[in-house]
Amino acid sequence: MEPIVKLSHFEATFLFALFSSVILGVVSKKTDKERLRYGLTAFGWYAVTVFGLGWLMYFAHR
Amino acid sequence: MSSTTSTSEAAAPRLSMIVLLSWLVPGGGHFMLKKHYRGALIAASVLIMFVFGLLMRGYMFEPQTGDVLTIIIYVGGFVADLASGIPYVLTKLFGYSQADVAGHVHDYGTKFIVAAGLFNILAMVDAWDIATKKKD
Repeated sequence: MEPIVKLSHFEATFLFALFSSVILGVVSKKTDKERLRYGLTAFGWYAVTVFGLGWLMYFAHR
Repeated sequence: MSSTTSTSEAAAPRLSMIVLLSWLVPGGGHFMLKKHYRGALIAASVLIMFVFGLLMRGYMFEPQTGDVLTIIIYVGGFVADLASGIPYVLTKLFGYSQADVAGHVHDYGTKFIVAAGLFNILAMVDAWDIATKKKD
Protein backbone atom coordinates (compact mmCIF):
# COMPACT_ATOMS: atom_id res chain seq x y z
CA MET A 1 0.00 0.00 0.00
CA GLU A 2 1.13 3.51 -0.81
CA PRO A 3 1.90 5.76 2.16
CA ILE A 4 -0.83 8.35 2.85
CA VAL A 5 1.75 10.79 4.19
CA LYS A 6 5.08 11.07 2.38
CA LEU A 7 7.56 12.98 4.49
CA SER A 8 10.94 13.99 3.16
CA HIS A 9 14.10 13.00 5.03
CA PHE A 10 14.24 16.48 6.55
CA GLU A 11 10.58 16.55 7.61
CA ALA A 12 10.78 13.09 9.21
CA THR A 13 13.96 14.01 11.06
CA PHE A 14 12.48 17.34 12.17
CA LEU A 15 9.36 15.64 13.59
CA PHE A 16 11.40 12.95 15.32
CA ALA A 17 13.71 15.59 16.84
CA LEU A 18 10.75 17.71 17.97
CA PHE A 19 8.80 14.95 19.71
CA SER A 20 11.78 13.20 21.24
CA SER A 21 12.98 16.55 22.62
CA VAL A 22 9.55 17.14 24.16
CA ILE A 23 9.56 13.69 25.80
CA LEU A 24 13.17 14.00 27.01
CA GLY A 25 12.39 17.43 28.46
CA VAL A 26 9.23 16.23 30.20
CA VAL A 27 10.67 13.10 31.81
CA SER A 28 14.21 14.06 32.68
CA LYS A 29 14.24 17.17 34.87
CA LYS A 30 12.65 18.34 38.11
CA THR A 31 11.38 21.87 37.47
CA ASP A 32 9.46 23.33 34.53
CA LYS A 33 12.25 25.78 33.77
CA GLU A 34 14.81 22.95 33.66
CA ARG A 35 12.49 20.85 31.49
CA LEU A 36 12.01 23.64 28.96
CA ARG A 37 15.72 24.34 28.87
CA TYR A 38 16.63 20.66 28.47
CA GLY A 39 14.02 20.16 25.73
CA LEU A 40 15.29 23.17 23.77
CA THR A 41 18.91 22.07 24.25
CA ALA A 42 18.10 18.54 23.02
CA PHE A 43 16.31 19.96 19.98
CA GLY A 44 19.24 22.28 19.29
CA TRP A 45 21.69 19.38 19.41
CA TYR A 46 19.48 17.32 17.10
CA ALA A 47 19.41 20.24 14.64
CA VAL A 48 23.19 20.76 14.81
CA THR A 49 23.80 17.02 14.29
CA VAL A 50 21.37 16.77 11.38
CA PHE A 51 22.80 19.79 9.56
CA GLY A 52 26.36 18.68 10.37
CA LEU A 53 25.84 15.14 9.08
CA GLY A 54 23.90 16.48 6.09
CA TRP A 55 26.77 18.71 4.99
CA LEU A 56 29.26 15.93 5.75
CA MET A 57 27.38 13.56 3.43
CA TYR A 58 27.07 16.29 0.79
CA PHE A 59 30.85 16.82 0.68
CA ALA A 60 31.58 13.08 0.98
CA HIS A 61 29.50 12.36 -2.14
CA ARG A 62 30.84 15.18 -4.36
CA MET B 1 8.20 -1.02 60.66
CA SER B 2 4.92 -2.84 60.33
CA SER B 3 3.06 0.40 59.52
CA THR B 4 5.63 1.17 56.79
CA THR B 5 5.14 -2.29 55.33
CA SER B 6 1.36 -2.00 55.40
CA THR B 7 1.56 1.48 53.80
CA SER B 8 3.77 0.19 50.98
CA GLU B 9 1.48 -2.83 50.56
CA ALA B 10 -1.49 -0.51 50.27
CA ALA B 11 0.35 1.67 47.73
CA ALA B 12 1.33 -1.28 45.53
CA PRO B 13 -2.04 -1.70 43.74
CA ARG B 14 -2.14 2.05 43.06
CA LEU B 15 1.40 1.96 41.65
CA SER B 16 0.50 -0.99 39.44
CA MET B 17 -2.62 0.88 38.30
CA ILE B 18 -0.58 3.97 37.42
CA VAL B 19 1.98 1.99 35.41
CA LEU B 20 -0.76 -0.02 33.67
CA LEU B 21 -2.66 3.14 32.79
CA SER B 22 0.56 4.80 31.57
CA TRP B 23 1.10 1.88 29.25
CA LEU B 24 -2.46 1.60 27.94
CA VAL B 25 -3.16 5.31 27.55
CA PRO B 26 -0.08 7.43 26.74
CA GLY B 27 0.12 10.16 29.39
CA GLY B 28 -2.64 8.47 31.43
CA GLY B 29 -0.46 7.86 34.47
CA HIS B 30 0.51 11.53 34.58
CA PHE B 31 -3.14 12.56 34.37
CA MET B 32 -3.93 10.18 37.25
CA LEU B 33 -1.12 11.83 39.24
CA LYS B 34 -2.59 15.26 38.41
CA LYS B 35 0.37 16.24 36.22
CA HIS B 36 -1.97 17.37 33.48
CA TYR B 37 0.22 19.42 31.19
CA ARG B 38 3.02 16.83 31.24
CA GLY B 39 0.44 14.13 30.54
CA ALA B 40 -0.90 16.15 27.63
CA LEU B 41 2.58 16.67 26.16
CA ILE B 42 3.35 12.94 26.46
CA ALA B 43 -0.01 11.93 24.98
CA ALA B 44 0.38 14.34 22.07
CA SER B 45 3.98 13.29 21.33
CA VAL B 46 3.31 9.54 21.48
CA LEU B 47 0.03 9.64 19.57
CA ILE B 48 1.23 12.00 16.83
CA MET B 49 4.36 9.89 16.29
CA PHE B 50 2.27 6.72 16.20
CA VAL B 51 -0.30 8.15 13.77
CA PHE B 52 2.42 9.54 11.48
CA GLY B 53 4.03 6.09 11.52
CA LEU B 54 0.75 4.49 10.48
CA LEU B 55 0.10 7.10 7.79
CA MET B 56 3.55 6.42 6.38
CA ARG B 57 2.55 2.74 6.31
CA GLY B 58 5.22 1.70 8.76
CA TYR B 59 5.71 -1.98 9.50
CA MET B 60 4.52 -3.35 12.84
CA PHE B 61 6.98 -5.95 14.07
CA GLU B 62 6.03 -9.56 14.73
CA PRO B 63 8.33 -11.59 16.99
CA GLN B 64 10.69 -13.76 14.96
CA THR B 65 13.44 -16.14 15.98
CA GLY B 66 16.62 -17.07 14.15
CA ASP B 67 20.04 -15.52 14.52
CA VAL B 68 20.75 -13.10 17.36
CA LEU B 69 20.35 -9.97 15.22
CA THR B 70 16.94 -11.14 13.95
CA ILE B 71 15.76 -11.81 17.50
CA ILE B 72 17.00 -8.41 18.72
CA ILE B 73 15.38 -6.52 15.85
CA TYR B 74 12.06 -8.35 15.61
CA VAL B 75 11.41 -9.15 19.28
CA GLY B 76 12.76 -5.74 20.35
CA GLY B 77 10.66 -4.03 17.68
CA PHE B 78 7.58 -5.99 18.74
CA VAL B 79 8.05 -5.01 22.40
CA ALA B 80 8.56 -1.36 21.44
CA ASP B 81 5.43 -1.42 19.22
CA LEU B 82 3.44 -3.07 22.00
CA ALA B 83 4.58 -0.38 24.46
CA SER B 84 2.31 2.15 22.72
CA GLY B 85 -0.62 0.50 24.51
CA ILE B 86 -4.17 0.94 23.23
CA PRO B 87 -3.11 2.56 19.92
CA TYR B 88 -1.19 -0.63 19.13
CA VAL B 89 -4.12 -2.87 20.13
CA LEU B 90 -6.60 -0.85 18.05
CA THR B 91 -4.29 -0.84 15.04
CA LYS B 92 -3.97 -4.62 15.17
CA LEU B 93 -7.66 -5.10 15.92
CA PHE B 94 -8.86 -3.02 12.97
CA GLY B 95 -6.26 -4.40 10.57
CA TYR B 96 -4.26 -1.23 9.96
CA SER B 97 -0.90 -2.91 10.56
CA GLN B 98 1.21 -2.93 7.43
CA ALA B 99 3.36 -5.64 5.93
CA ASP B 100 7.11 -4.98 5.63
CA VAL B 101 7.56 -2.99 2.42
CA ALA B 102 10.78 -1.55 1.01
CA GLY B 103 11.08 2.22 0.74
CA HIS B 104 12.35 5.10 2.81
CA VAL B 105 8.90 6.44 3.74
CA HIS B 106 7.77 3.01 5.01
CA ASP B 107 11.05 2.73 6.87
CA TYR B 108 10.56 6.09 8.59
CA GLY B 109 7.03 5.01 9.47
CA THR B 110 8.36 1.84 11.11
CA LYS B 111 10.82 3.88 13.16
CA PHE B 112 8.12 6.38 14.15
CA ILE B 113 5.89 3.58 15.51
CA VAL B 114 8.82 2.07 17.43
CA ALA B 115 9.84 5.51 18.75
CA ALA B 116 6.28 6.18 19.95
CA GLY B 117 6.43 2.99 22.03
CA LEU B 118 9.86 3.85 23.42
CA PHE B 119 8.61 7.34 24.37
CA ASN B 120 5.75 5.68 26.22
CA ILE B 121 8.19 3.46 28.15
CA LEU B 122 10.02 6.64 29.27
CA ALA B 123 6.66 8.09 30.30
CA MET B 124 5.84 4.93 32.29
CA VAL B 125 9.16 5.16 34.16
CA ASP B 126 8.54 8.85 34.82
CA ALA B 127 5.03 8.15 36.16
CA TRP B 128 6.52 5.47 38.44
CA ASP B 129 9.13 7.94 39.73
CA ILE B 130 6.45 10.55 40.43
CA ALA B 131 4.19 8.01 42.15
CA THR B 132 7.02 6.78 44.37
CA LYS B 133 7.99 10.39 45.20
CA LYS B 134 11.43 10.07 43.62
CA LYS B 135 10.61 13.22 41.68
CA ASP B 136 7.89 15.86 41.64
